[in-house]
Amino acid sequence: MSPFGNGALGRVVRSGVGRRRVQTVVIAVATMMAVASAVVAGALMVAAAAPFDHAFAEQRGAHLTAQFDPARTSAARLAETGRLDGVTASAGPYPSTAFRPVDRTGFRLPTLTLVGRLAPDGDVDRVELASGRWAGEPGEIVLSPSFEGPGVEIGSALRASGTANGPALTVVGFAVSSGRSADAWTTPAQVDALAAQGGPVTSQMLYRFDSSGTERQILAHREKIAGSVEPGALLGTQSWLDTKRAADQGAAATVPFVTAFGVLGIVMSVIIVSSVISGAVGTGLRRIGILKAIGFTPGEIVRAHMAQALIPASVGIGAGVPLGNLLAMPLLADTESLYGTVSLSVAWWVDIAVPAAALLVVGLAALIPALRAGRLHTVEVLAVGRAPRTGRGRWAHRTLARLPLPRPVTQGLATPFTHPVRALAMLLAVAFGTAAVTFAVGLTSSLSAVGSSQDPENRAAVTVTTAVPHTIAAPPPPPVGGGEQPTPSPANGETAEPAAADPAKVRSALDSQAGTASYYGTLRTEVAVAGLSGSVRASLYEGDAREGGRAMLSGHWISGKGQVVVPTRFLERTSTEVGDTIRLTHERESADLRIVGESFDTSANAQEIHADMANFPSAEPSTFLVEVKPQVSADAYAHRLAAVVRPLGGDATTTPPAERKGVILVMDAITLLLTLMLVCVAGLGILNSVVLDTRERVHDLGVCKAIGMTPRQTMALVLSSVAAVGVLGALTGVPVGYALHGLVMPVMGRAVGTGMPSSVLDVYAPVQLLLLGSGGVALAVLGALVPAGWAAKVPVATALRTE
Amino acid sequence: MHHVIELEGVAKRYDSGGAPVLGPLTLSVAKGEALAVTGPSGSGKSTLLNLVAGLDRPTEGSVTVAGRRIDRWGERALATFRRAHIGMAFQFFNLLDDLTVTDNIQLPARLTGTGRRAAEARADELMEMLGIQKHARAHPGRLSGGERQRVAVARALVNRPELLLADEPTGALDTASGHDVRDLLTDLHRAGQTIVLVTHDPALAAACATRTIHLVDGRLALDTCAGAAR
Repeated sequence: MSPFGNGALGRVVRSGVGRRRVQTVVIAVATMMAVASAVVAGALMVAAAAPFDHAFAEQRGAHLTAQFDPARTSAARLAETGRLDGVTASAGPYPSTAFRPVDRTGFRLPTLTLVGRLAPDGDVDRVELASGRWAGEPGEIVLSPSFEGPGVEIGSALRASGTANGPALTVVGFAVSSGRSADAWTTPAQVDALAAQGGPVTSQMLYRFDSSGTERQILAHREKIAGSVEPGALLGTQSWLDTKRAADQGAAATVPFVTAFGVLGIVMSVIIVSSVISGAVGTGLRRIGILKAIGFTPGEIVRAHMAQALIPASVGIGAGVPLGNLLAMPLLADTESLYGTVSLSVAWWVDIAVPAAALLVVGLAALIPALRAGRLHTVEVLAVGRAPRTGRGRWAHRTLARLPLPRPVTQGLATPFTHPVRALAMLLAVAFGTAAVTFAVGLTSSLSAVGSSQDPENRAAVTVTTAVPHTIAAPPPPPVGGGEQPTPSPANGETAEPAAADPAKVRSALDSQAGTASYYGTLRTEVAVAGLSGSVRASLYEGDAREGGRAMLSGHWISGKGQVVVPTRFLERTSTEVGDTIRLTHERESADLRIVGESFDTSANAQEIHADMANFPSAEPSTFLVEVKPQVSADAYAHRLAAVVRPLGGDATTTPPAERKGVILVMDAITLLLTLMLVCVAGLGILNSVVLDTRERVHDLGVCKAIGMTPRQTMALVLSSVAAVGVLGALTGVPVGYALHGLVMPVMGRAVGTGMPSSVLDVYAPVQLLLLGSGGVALAVLGALVPAGWAAKVPVATALRTE
Repeated sequence: MHHVIELEGVAKRYDSGGAPVLGPLTLSVAKGEALAVTGPSGSGKSTLLNLVAGLDRPTEGSVTVAGRRIDRWGERALATFRRAHIGMAFQFFNLLDDLTVTDNIQLPARLTGTGRRAAEARADELMEMLGIQKHARAHPGRLSGGERQRVAVARALVNRPELLLADEPTGALDTASGHDVRDLLTDLHRAGQTIVLVTHDPALAAACATRTIHLVDGRLALDTCAGAAR
């Protein structure tokens, strides 16, 4: 017994699936693509929705990370804190120190929290190795992957900065602690050795609690712990809620656009699969009639058509799930580094829900036309046979025939009116494909604009520093999941830094250097803001800094002394607005500055304010950003200038091409992949529609060819039948993609706490929109090329026999 | 006398209130009879055949085939009845292009639940009888018109139906193939098969049929067996 009932039904289904290859392949491939993109989108949405929570739960992250003074309390006493009421698990004490290493290129990393742990696992904070191995011996170090780079890789040696004879630690691995318990790990003995050289030592304890959902609960536990050790022994704590907040902000930006792509993909897949299966009934009329005439019941006809759709769709779904998992892997790997987690994988339920939903969609899409097939009147379908004459579209044929165009073209242009539903499905496929590409192009341009607006320094041709690289603190690594960056701090035991170049002498060198067009000086520092606890990062500018100015959301860039530009989050945090005055203190100098502009800043937790250096007389630039005159080689200029400033203690280099930040790279990759898949699905939908149309009309085409239509004219007829649909689809798709971009970008901005400047929102040039529209027409024509070629080649006799 | 077909006051209208395309018509066909239905285009020949086959329903009257009144049956019941009691051959063959010749022939047998081997044996028997055995594994598209019609007839006979309906079986064939099909139908009738044959061709009617009715504008204009027509 066949799964489709009696043997006759099984035979009919098998022959239907096997002999109607284009239809079968289109259903299978369209379903595969749809399922694969849904799995990718689903996996990313799940990963983006709560990456921190997933990783934190998996690693049993610490709800509270506490640092104790080992001089005031004993290890035994600390171990006892793990048995306090409400503590469900604890780990430690681990010796911990501050370590500021220099890599082999001479670059100084920020000060790291280095913890001595014999193993990465335990009851709390099961640190996951991203690569390499755990530090098993003194002299070995494992770092957070956010520090990985050209000078810091497995096998590199890191030396404590400023200590020529300090111990060198070899990087043996990179590992992630989702709770950010440390930046680096080594053996306890190595921490002790570093401490012996004057490094500060603390004891780290990690706790998990029975209640940890609110700040109040965490504070209550903290007080209990503080009360159970000697007074003053608890030096500081870090709550998991702060870490989570920072991580979630980093992830939030990806959700709106992944959702937009997911919705686009799902809607288009439903349309394509439905139209493919409906088309199968439309072209199978004669077959249905024959089956009914020889005794197939309506129920058997319905089952046969359902099976003919479900078999290839099941194959497509079966292939789509592993393909989606495969495609999601590199994107999840990027997401891992972005969110500071490891082992992100496609959620198991995505692998079940997506195929189940796809099967349901295909089943429903097949059921309606299958029921229609079952209800068809035998005599009618036998009479009308392969090419039903509904009389639809005759007016279109008559009207279009009057156009001053070749007859095959007008005949082709009228074709969509014969099958309006099929033409509508094709139009939607083109429209969705065009919308996806338009949206993707806009998104990529916007992300690129965001990237460059966040790195204004990279726009300068030459960068001149007042110190050689190994004496300059390296720019801090990108924030881990949006978290706070390790703040550089003077490490004990450091020797005096080599003298930096006198900024006045650098200025003089720049003024006298041939080829200098303009320059300005900057100092990245930290300032205190009256009314705010802690410090705020600030960039101070000397000279005309317009070249380095960030995109503005409101107000204007600083134009002189007494002004400050701040990001949106700063305004929110200080409850101020453009026009208000704030007091800033740098070193010992204070100045009252008026907020003149709101800058676009996507770094959620490390936002920067901008002011003129003249507000703080003691401030001196550490970097000069130079523009060279036209026709002057930046490399040659930097080379000549370096020869002058190096003896002074500084350096000059060309600015390396801006590297795109992690989040932008991930978004670009996702955009490219999802767009390609959507375009493929749209192309397949069009291919199928045109194949069905051409097959249905092959007899008519045979008649046309018999009376003298050339293969080229036949091809023109078929291609022009999709050209009009392509134009309409493009005219619909481009505005939809444009509108979607205008909708999603501000939502993404709001997710990271900022508005979007026009440079990020207005990214479409009119010519670009025109090209995108042409892309829609090209998509339609490409989808029709194969069936058009077949129609042109089919022998007249064969076409005429197809009755 | 046992009647395979009994039509009682049968009429068919496609437009309500309009003139009927067929009837009212009362007609009986006895077991073993070979009836030719002739008439000009639009006279209602194919409509009559469709009503007898249960492919269409009469607007008035009753249709009884093989002793069962079928004119008010549902689609499912008609399909089940058709595959067991009626074989049909069409002008344009209506073979399934994606099945081989033998699969086409076996299909109605497998529908009635006949086992694969029994269906194969019956198909082989028919193919041998009709001289198409060498094409058993071929697809219909590769056969000549006459061969395709033989396949269609073999398919119609596979379940040993009480009634064989043939709608213009030589209409799409050349003269030689037409003669082949004519001989085939004659042989089948001699073997006792009840046949209703719709044709434009008086020679075919004369050669194959024991009785001829002539329809004009849906009405019975001539019945060579006047006693059977009322």
